[in-house]
Amino acid sequence: MTIPAVPPSCYLVLGAILFTIGVIGALTRRNAIIVFMCIELMLNAVNLSFITLARFLNSLDGVMFVFFIMTVAAAEAAVGLAIFVQLYRTRETINVDEINLMKW
Amino acid sequence: MTENVVTLFQWLVFLGISLTCIFASIMVVSNKNPVHCALWMVLTFLATAGLYVMLHSTFIAIVQVIVYAGAIMMLILFVVMLLDLEVELRSKLKFVYSKAIGGFLAVLLMLGIFYAVITRVLKGSSGSFTPEKVGAMGNVKAVGEVLFTDYLFPFEVASIVLVVGIVGAVIMSKRREPRKE
Repeated sequence: MTIPAVPPSCYLVLGAILFTIGVIGALTRRNAIIVFMCIELMLNAVNLSFITLARFLNSLDGVMFVFFIMTVAAAEAAVGLAIFVQLYRTRETINVDEINLMKW
Repeated sequence: MTENVVTLFQWLVFLGISLTCIFASIMVVSNKNPVHCALWMVLTFLATAGLYVMLHSTFIAIVQVIVYAGAIMMLILFVVMLLDLEVELRSKLKFVYSKAIGGFLAVLLMLGIFYAVITRVLKGSSGSFTPEKVGAMGNVKAVGEVLFTDYLFPFEVASIVLVVGIVGAVIMSKRREPRKE
């Protein structure tokens, strides 16, 4: 009797769970930095799915996508954290439910 | 028999890493202290790098450790240090209906993803990069060859994105002079 290897759906289910945890954090937390970290968590889950599909389809395109997602995440981190610093200077808070100037 | 041992070991490593990953990300979401959140986040990223190694893409695993666990989390930790976030630590985490609704919607989303993942079988044309071939020529070399031939234009665009990110960060964080009347 041979044990089957880890199927791709296990990795995809793990990616789904991580993505959902990220969504819950982004929807329920008030601190903007933690919301930002949860968005990074969601990007990470999507990267995991991409790598899984690239591995099981014998292709390198998924790896390329992950590479570019990481590039965009780095740029996003730089700009987003600069926005948080500026926001804290002007408003003295980074709670997302107190920053409602652009809310209609 | 030895194959069985190898696959059993793979299953054990997979289960260990995935449970670590899920636990660390739950701690990220539920912890009140942003510094602790960032450190749990580093653990999540390192565990994901282990999964990438299991999936035979060592290049992405190393980049994940350097860029995500190293650079981005260090940036976040520095910004947490710059801001005074003690206020949230003193206040209790309140239970609000909107949070319950948000969590419920997120769980619905998870069930939807489960349905999509489990009921459909993977279909799609297989490429030519089998693990044996990539392993023989070296993962970094294979990735580099594809990156600099098929994906050359997106690579150049990525450099522009990074430049825009640097310039944007500098301009955003510059202290503005009060306007002279």
